[in-house]
Amino acid sequence: MKKRTGAQIIFESFLREGVEVIFGLPGGAVVHLYDELANYPQIKHILVRHEQGALHAADGYARATGKTGVCLVTSGPGATNIVTGVVTAFMDSIPIVVLTGQVATHQIGNDAFQEADILGITRTCTKHNYLVKDTGDLPRVIREAFHIASTGRPGPVLVDLPKDVITGEAPLGNPEKFEVRGYAPVTMGHPGQIKLAVREILKAKKPVIYAGGGIIHSGAQEELLALAEQGQIPVTVTLLGLGGFPGDHPLFLGMLGMHGTYAANTAVTQCDLLIAIGSRFDDRVTGKLESFAPSARIIHVDIDPSSISKNVTVNVPIVGDAKNILARMVKILKEQGDVWKATRKPWLAEVGQYSAEHPLSYEPSQEVIKPQYVIQQIHRLTKGEAIVATEVGQHQMWTAQFYRFTRPRTILSSGGLGTMGYGLPAAIGAQVAFPERIVFDIAGEGSFQMNVQELATAVQYCLPIKVAILNNHSLGMVRQWQELFFNKRYSETSLEVQPDFVRLAEAYGAVGLRAEHPRDVVPCVKKALSTQGPVVMDFIVDPEENVYPMVPPGHSIDEMILAKTDKKARKVVPLTFPS
Amino acid sequence: MKNTISILVENKPGVLARIAAMFSARNYNIDSLSVAETIDPTVSRVTCTAVGDNLEIEQIMKQLRKLIDVIRVVNFTTSNGDFITREMVLIKVKARERDRAEIMRTADIFRAKIVDASRQNLTLEVTGDEKKIDAILELLKSFGILEIARTGQVALSRGGKRLIDKHMGSVKSPGRKSSNRHGVR
Repeated sequence: MKKRTGAQIIFESFLREGVEVIFGLPGGAVVHLYDELANYPQIKHILVRHEQGALHAADGYARATGKTGVCLVTSGPGATNIVTGVVTAFMDSIPIVVLTGQVATHQIGNDAFQEADILGITRTCTKHNYLVKDTGDLPRVIREAFHIASTGRPGPVLVDLPKDVITGEAPLGNPEKFEVRGYAPVTMGHPGQIKLAVREILKAKKPVIYAGGGIIHSGAQEELLALAEQGQIPVTVTLLGLGGFPGDHPLFLGMLGMHGTYAANTAVTQCDLLIAIGSRFDDRVTGKLESFAPSARIIHVDIDPSSISKNVTVNVPIVGDAKNILARMVKILKEQGDVWKATRKPWLAEVGQYSAEHPLSYEPSQEVIKPQYVIQQIHRLTKGEAIVATEVGQHQMWTAQFYRFTRPRTILSSGGLGTMGYGLPAAIGAQVAFPERIVFDIAGEGSFQMNVQELATAVQYCLPIKVAILNNHSLGMVRQWQELFFNKRYSETSLEVQPDFVRLAEAYGAVGLRAEHPRDVVPCVKKALSTQGPVVMDFIVDPEENVYPMVPPGHSIDEMILAKTDKKARKVVPLTFPS
Repeated sequence: MKNTISILVENKPGVLARIAAMFSARNYNIDSLSVAETIDPTVSRVTCTAVGDNLEIEQIMKQLRKLIDVIRVVNFTTSNGDFITREMVLIKVKARERDRAEIMRTADIFRAKIVDASRQNLTLEVTGDEKKIDAILELLKSFGILEIARTGQVALSRGGKRLIDKHMGSVKSPGRKSSNRHGVR
């Protein structure tokens, strides 16, 4: 059989996996790979400016498309620079294959130049990782890596490639034949459990669906909608579940949790049946665990058995893929006839009242730009059809609240790890996948500066990303905590000294715009949308604005601090901060 | 409660590190651990004991199963059916002239072997379950134990049940690579 170099085997394998684009940055250990890359014009390479950007871009690409993102970096610092991105993807179950260079096999362990034990470093934050020691193993390892990353509960898989493995030679082999005997994700869902779940739904008077990122990964949005409508069950979603259920649907309660809506948090607290789907009872969702859905029986559909009964004990666990499980639940429900609309009426009326009493609100202003207003205008001017990446902080929560996501894979946001600096490179990944769509990065000025170097990437590849900085001159979310729980002692959260973002954008070759007055907001967004290349908009917003509702850390989720504008807000929450 | 968990894993470098890393990353404790190749040289058996409440042990099992290199996991303590556990310990005990006979009698009672002797010391090899080993250690204390080396628990289910399944080499025909390297164990 004809022999190929390791580098050739890797790219041939990529072609077989349908890889169209790689995000990366070269270095000594992968220089042979980059040399070979020139022979594969079918595979587009996006050169980032920092390896962390490569990982987040691959992540954004994966979230926006549902395909596996691919990322290629060198050994040592190249590899350690991606760790934040790997953990970000791991926490949010994003399929990514990461190739890292490594020093030659005979040098491993010798503290060689640019050597890092990336296998050891990423052992607990990848779904799996490999050190390839023999070029002949490459076809199988690459096949396995893509298989593991993209199936079951998706996640990042890292493949460490010593230099001599890349330059060595081996046959291309037959990687169709592979077996990972320790890996067989359950997808089908136990029929008996599904029947049990339907029986619970039939019995329940006050059911609520609590859906997470699993809906998006599974592509179960239609089945979720069918279940909600068939059973007349109100739906709340997590940050990662946004877009998995239409944000403008009458059964939609909004997001739940620390910055969830009053309706969602109250409905979950009051419900007698909680149907958790592809969600993992994260602490930002549940608040104080003991009082989370205190009177509810719980159905939990998840593809990862270890997510079930991890934080709360579940009555009906169903392990498997949400899409097929929900489809079967809907089928059985339909067989029960259409008695639903009548029996659910009192509950839906009660829930409707929650929404009517305490909708999301903020105090509009003619003097100073309200960040929520900016997001509403972006929503309006993009007809809610943009792909929106966010950084992490107040702007992220406002985006979740005020950009009414109606379709899956339109919000790209670091939920589990909460990685500031995620949004800009993630937007790059999404824009690479969808050159024709409008891609926004809604940012804070703190987060934006954490990966600002990627503006150069956007400019180089003419990616017309629109960055909207909601500039409050502070690390706003921490500032909010300090205001509410630390007696306004603003310790190290002021970002008074900051670059001129307009000139910064221009320095990178992008377009910079600034809006300082509410009347400038709409023209600014319009100008950005009509500009061809990347644009950075600097919105100088009200520095005092906070994200409400807010469940103080350690409290139950029905103990919310509501917006000052909420006329009916009850001061029921003691502003204490648990140690 | 102490749980005895048996784990069949790929016999590859780094697999033990994955298991250990999972325990430490998730703040679980391993009480004891023993690892060796099985009769199928592509598979190793890890036996570990861990203490925790039911939920915690259930999570440990699930997290172990999630590791790609883990093939099978069983918790002998909670699964139906009996199982046997054994540990081995080497005990170096001070053996003065007047104590020597008594130590050897104790060794006899526990069916321990004397594997090394010098003027002042005897070294005993004892195999048994945890209780037996604790018991002989307790008895030998009075003579002065100089040091011990104790293995982790190994365990097997009683009767015909086994963890090996169709994915693994049959017990009758050891796997392809049964070279001398493996034979000397």
